[in-house]
Amino acid sequence: MVVCDNIFYHMTIDLKTVKHISKLARISLDEKKAEKLATDMNSIFEFIEKLNELNTDNVEPLTSIAETTLRFRDDKITSENIREKILKNSPEKNDDFFVVPKVVE
Amino acid sequence: MSEITSLTLYELIKNIKEKKISSNEAAKSFVDRAEKSKKINVYVTENFENCLKLSKEFDDKPNFDLKLPGIPIAVKDLFCTNEVRTTAGSNILNNFVPTYESTVTQNIWNEGGILLGKLNCDEFAMGSSNETSFFGNVQNPIAEDLVPGGSSGGSSAALAANLTPVTIGTDTGGSIRQPASFTGTVGLKPTYGSCSRYGIVAFASSLDQAGPMSKDVKDSSILLEVISSFDKKDSTSIDFKRNNYSSELTRNIKGLKIGIPKEYRVDEMPDEIEKLWKKGIEYAKDCGAEIIDISLPHTSYALPTYYIVAPAEASSNLARYDGIKYGLRSSGKNLIDMYEKTRSEGFGEEVKRRVMIGTYVLSSGYYDAYYLKAQKVRQLIKQDFDQAYNKVDAILTPSTPSSAFKIGEKSNDPVSMYLNDIFTVPVNLAGLPGISIPAGVDKNNYPLGLQIIGKPFDEQTVLNIAYSMEEKINYKNNITDWWMK
Repeated sequence: MVVCDNIFYHMTIDLKTVKHISKLARISLDEKKAEKLATDMNSIFEFIEKLNELNTDNVEPLTSIAETTLRFRDDKITSENIREKILKNSPEKNDDFFVVPKVVE
Repeated sequence: MSEITSLTLYELIKNIKEKKISSNEAAKSFVDRAEKSKKINVYVTENFENCLKLSKEFDDKPNFDLKLPGIPIAVKDLFCTNEVRTTAGSNILNNFVPTYESTVTQNIWNEGGILLGKLNCDEFAMGSSNETSFFGNVQNPIAEDLVPGGSSGGSSAALAANLTPVTIGTDTGGSIRQPASFTGTVGLKPTYGSCSRYGIVAFASSLDQAGPMSKDVKDSSILLEVISSFDKKDSTSIDFKRNNYSSELTRNIKGLKIGIPKEYRVDEMPDEIEKLWKKGIEYAKDCGAEIIDISLPHTSYALPTYYIVAPAEASSNLARYDGIKYGLRSSGKNLIDMYEKTRSEGFGEEVKRRVMIGTYVLSSGYYDAYYLKAQKVRQLIKQDFDQAYNKVDAILTPSTPSSAFKIGEKSNDPVSMYLNDIFTVPVNLAGLPGISIPAGVDKNNYPLGLQIIGKPFDEQTVLNIAYSMEEKINYKNNITDWWMK
């Protein structure tokens, strides 16, 4: 992928890129799945390339479809004693805590 | 009287209010029929016993002032329901039991609705055929081995098979309107900000909207009135004056201007879709509407834009599935390994594909080229509609470029699957209300839908046009209950 003057030229997404992205996305992939994904992603990006036809230099990006400013709420506690509810669906918990694999040696 | 399960919502409410049918009788009828309809696989989680119990409680202490008095209703399994398992069609949420209720479903229970169960859908609402669900394919009641559309495929199938009087779906790129079109039912996606997103499993937050699905237009107006509300718990919920959609429903649409966008005449469109559209134009004229040719010049850029915006937002939203707070956890040799294995085992192929695309377009160095570019094009698409609405009150298009296809037919070709949403996606990108109504059949007798798109917050006009055209079209689903034989 080369980006220049706001125009991008699609280059093939190779296996190395797919593996890098899967690291970023925290999804482990075996070799076969990675290859299949590379093929799929390439056909999808080929389809996305169509946007290059448009000059969008002076267009404001649309960040929110609802033309309202986000509301503030009062800085007040609205739900109390929900610890049990929050922990209820945890795959592993210990009293009042989530349990995760050891992080610090 | 016809069978309870084949009544419309309006008829069922009337019968319950007149004490001709009890809530419990209605609940029993839907449960009995569901027991004989396992083959179409609409339910992920049944709530039958509880529904029967609650319907009895309603009958003991009825309140006929409610808008849905004792009405059993099944909902898409994307809405969090307190103490009832909510899976979003995913293995990663297979054991998830929410401790809170989505606002939209709460609105239904507040008006007397009773939960029948949770309906199958594409995993995290990512799909157009219900084939990406961890809980298996759903059969279209129209014919065997036909997809019911997606992502609200369990909802559309349950409705067409008379397993629920009405239902709710969610629509990010067409997920209410396309399955409605595939099953000969009505589906309405409201204006972005009308129905609260609180408690709906998030897919693409700037596009997701919940909406009613029903057997006819009047029923959608009744349900919209219940589910549309301003909600502080959703930061993009909009505080506008909502109509009494059902009591303000009228077939007087004389003089309304309806636009026909020339860009929707896509190259690959089959003749029968073109014919259906022309027929629709004639019906609209018969109803007294004025037809005006319009242009939405950036239409062909909508799908590529959607396939940047939606996966980008999905990759961010789905980052929460980490195997720690809820859902599936796979074991790994350390924290990172646990994350990677959990997400690899928990997510299906389509979800992984979209998370990967989203991660890629948001990754360092590519943000401007993809996400920013897509947001700019999204602006152009919205401006197209703004300009069109200076001239017209609503827009009429086909709902989909084809009728329902066979299970397995498109599952190996993601781009061909994506093309299914070509007429529905622009509506989500611009945040507009849109409805699909059944309007005819193709050569196989499979239903085809027409879409009416409205101005922001003008659901009433959309419903009124649909209501008028529905009468002229006079569509009837011919469902043989083949799955019971």
